[in-house]
Amino acid sequence: MAEVLVYVDHVDGAVRKPTLELLTLARRIGEPVAVALGNGAADTAAALAEHGAVKVLTDDASEYADYLVVPKVDALQAAVEAVSPAAVLFPSSTEAKEVAARLALRIGSGVITDAVDIEAGDSGPVATQSVFAASYTTKTRVSKGTPVITVKPNSAAVEAAPAAGAVEALSVTFSAAATGTKVTGRTPRESTGRPELTEAAIVVSGGRGVNGAENFGIIEALADSLGAAVGASRAAVDAGWYPHTNQVGQTGKSVSPQLYIASGISGAIQHRAGMQTSKTIVAVNKDAEAPIFDLVDYGVVGDLFEVVPQLTEEIKTRKG
Amino acid sequence: MSLRIVVTVKYVPDATGDRHFAEDLTVDRDDVDGLLSELDEYAVEQALQIADEADDAEITVLTVGPEDAKDALRKALSMGADKAIHVEDDDLHGTDAIGTSLVLAKAIEKAGYDLVVSGMASTDGTMGVLPALVAERLGVPQVTLLSEVSVEDGVVKGRRDGDTASEQLEASLPAVVSVTDQSGEARYPSFKGIMAAKKKPVESWDLSDLGIEADEVGLEGSWTAVDSAAERPARTAGTIVKDEGEGGKQLAEFLAGQKFV
Ligand SMILES: Cc1cc2nc3c(=O)[nH]c(=O)nc-3n(C[C@H](O)[C@H](O)[C@H](O)COP(=O)(O)OP(=O)(O)OC[C@H]3O[C@@H](n4cnc5c(N)ncnc54)[C@H](O)[C@@H]3O)c2cc1C
Ligand SMILES: Nc1ncnc2c1ncn2[C@@H]1O[C@H](COP(=O)(O)O)[C@@H](O)[C@H]1O
Repeated sequence: MAEVLVYVDHVDGAVRKPTLELLTLARRIGEPVAVALGNGAADTAAALAEHGAVKVLTDDASEYADYLVVPKVDALQAAVEAVSPAAVLFPSSTEAKEVAARLALRIGSGVITDAVDIEAGDSGPVATQSVFAASYTTKTRVSKGTPVITVKPNSAAVEAAPAAGAVEALSVTFSAAATGTKVTGRTPRESTGRPELTEAAIVVSGGRGVNGAENFGIIEALADSLGAAVGASRAAVDAGWYPHTNQVGQTGKSVSPQLYIASGISGAIQHRAGMQTSKTIVAVNKDAEAPIFDLVDYGVVGDLFEVVPQLTEEIKTRKG
Repeated sequence: MSLRIVVTVKYVPDATGDRHFAEDLTVDRDDVDGLLSELDEYAVEQALQIADEADDAEITVLTVGPEDAKDALRKALSMGADKAIHVEDDDLHGTDAIGTSLVLAKAIEKAGYDLVVSGMASTDGTMGVLPALVAERLGVPQVTLLSEVSVEDGVVKGRRDGDTASEQLEASLPAVVSVTDQSGEARYPSFKGIMAAKKKPVESWDLSDLGIEADEVGLEGSWTAVDSAAERPARTAGTIVKDEGEGGKQLAEFLAGQKFV
């Protein structure tokens, strides 16, 4: 069976969930061979093996952390040359998308970004994409070279599928361009203890209607009652009420959870672009005409300061 | 010595319009009004600020697109860019990201550059990969997705706010930079700017000017193929209730019914 390279997104050896989802998709088109780079690369092997990686190619050179993007492109190119895969899959993080595109150009292949599904097809893998703020669904193939495809989080279920996961050192020769962009400082994001926005099964978002940073506690309390991540509209972020890292939408994160709860958000096209593929959508808005209500499975026309705390209390009571 | 800045801008269908695909599954650009991609206004803005800080700088805005794409160039010129280049050719219809990066790279080389400034993503394609592809083709550093950028003594510095960390980056010129919508509001063109833009030079280049063969670009030369495009079925109308004191409880009941609680 053909091998499929899977780029591993990890933090010091802890594999992030979208990579495990990629392994599920990779198994539909071949045998997953994972590529893990940087500090802690070999520590990823156990989790990857459990989810179907037959092999884990690793390299923990310091270049991956010290310079932007290009060292990773060099490594992936070395992996493609070593394995001759049927496809190369990446999670759709901003950096992985850049690595994927440059890799595709180098190996003479086409690239597809932000797929929401992948299936085996007669002439190579077929990617499903959701475009124009999710108003269209397209099926796309790479028509030249080895398909390089990036996949959005929450596009597939994480499945246990134990495999060998044998660790092998990947030998990488860095190109002259590898050290072109130096990372001179790095401030890790502080963890809030809540799930990662793009990975969460439930996202609870607040918008301009929340009316102040101090009121976001209402949104956070609801999120915590459901074990959810917190999101925000750009209006709430621009007003300085919530960090930009939590922004949902075209220029923020794109989320696709099982449940999305929007409070005090009108549902502008740029916001919808980042949440419209959510499975179940719920909104609380005092304006019955707000466009968000066109999307909802359940909507409450009302004041969020009344409805949301009551909802949180009721959830807590039910959960006991 | 003058700092030569090339800003890449895209002409896109208005996102608030009703966007569709044409019969050949390319983006239908006829039915929806086009405009300079809002995310590229941030690129123009940062280029103007970098130019202000430099002793001597010249900003060229570059677009690859149909006839109407001139509107995007005019807007950028009215914001304060010095001159414009429009790459237009019938054979470009249907070009994908890999092909577009070839055209942009050739045009940037022909124009001459020390710094390329791009937007974070186009509002129609939303791939966010062209700046990286252009850097790969030009063989110069990419310093992308910056929420803060400055140029001093031939070095570009910036801050990139990523998923897991915020990074400080640095590279020597020449380089390709892209900026996010967090980099600072773009200025509105002034009346004076709009009048001045009418007199600024706009050059038109076609593929032969760039030494590119027709089969390297367009639908035929594309590295990807769109097999189908289907309008997403409208979501089935949901239940909407008016809060009369029990709205939160009703919502909890719905969530419990869906097994979320
Ligand atoms: C290039 C570009 C990119 C963009 N990217 C993004 C993006 O990534 N994400 C994003 O979100 N936006 C984005 N936007 C902005 C977008 O167009 C909207 O301006 C934004 O989404 C509006 O946020 P909002 O819904 O919170 O605010 P508003 O549109 O002002 O809506 C507030 C809503 O709250 C309701 N409300 C007020 N008070 C209450 C109350 N007490 N109880 C209940 N409801 C209440 C109101 O009825 C209203 O519907 C982008 C715009 C552009 C041009
Ligand atoms: N046809 C084009 N002409 C000029 N610049 C473009 C074009 N397409 C993309 N760009 C630039 O590349 C950036 C990222 O685009 P994309 O990768 O398509 O999301 C945009 O913000 C523009 O600066």
